[in-house]
Amino acid sequence: MKRRIFLKGSLAAGTLAVAAGAGMLTPTRVLAATWPKAAFESKTEADALNAFFGTSEVEQSDQVSIKAPLQAENGAVVPIKVMTSLEGVEAIAIITIKNPSPYTTSLQVAGAGGLYSTRIKMGQTSPVNCYVKAGGKLYLASQEIKVTVGGCGG
Amino acid sequence: MASTKMKIKKSKGGGYEVMVLAKHPMETGLRKDKKTGEKVPAHFIQTMEFAVNGETVAQANLGAGVSKNPLIGISIPNAKSGDTVTVSWVDNKGESDSAEKAVK
Repeated sequence: MKRRIFLKGSLAAGTLAVAAGAGMLTPTRVLAATWPKAAFESKTEADALNAFFGTSEVEQSDQVSIKAPLQAENGAVVPIKVMTSLEGVEAIAIITIKNPSPYTTSLQVAGAGGLYSTRIKMGQTSPVNCYVKAGGKLYLASQEIKVTVGGCGG
Repeated sequence: MASTKMKIKKSKGGGYEVMVLAKHPMETGLRKDKKTGEKVPAHFIQTMEFAVNGETVAQANLGAGVSKNPLIGISIPNAKSGDTVTVSWVDNKGESDSAEKAVK
């Protein structure tokens, strides 16, 4: 329901926002605004962690929580929401273990809060690991998501 | 063609939550065209930058594993009423789009 309302509301607002935003945006680059190519091309979880976070030492944490379905009907659209109550969040990464490229998406944080929600594709039933880097340390929460129809081959 | 929509709402714990819906095919490069049997080239958003009053607060890195028409949400605890939130994305073909909205 929420999504429906969002879509409706944003249809009207969207046209205005796009018109206002066109051609006048030159955001200042505070973060290292490069796309972490090495991490995205990694074939294993450990490689991706090393490439993105510079470490693969991980600690399980109950301060990282995942909101995601236990079973996804459509693997092409699996909503994932990572929340954390940790202080000093630097980055959040979502890794889908059994996807061709496990490293799915990440968020680098510089002033925003510890929340990242997105929708991912999943080829098959797989654990989804959500990593949060806070205060120089890496924390993990994991959830297995069952997929009935895969969404990678389309 | 490209259209990006943004919604800002107050979150329960204080601060604001920003949701962005970018219209984009997000092709993985692995999918085959059903008619021709040829692979559809990869085409996906790579980075999405969030800024408040021109200052970057977060950058999302997206890959081909993110769903078509990505819906990305982040929280901005320090945003105040009147602040301007901008979001801009760039894909692997160099195409880009942006949206801007004021916090109510």
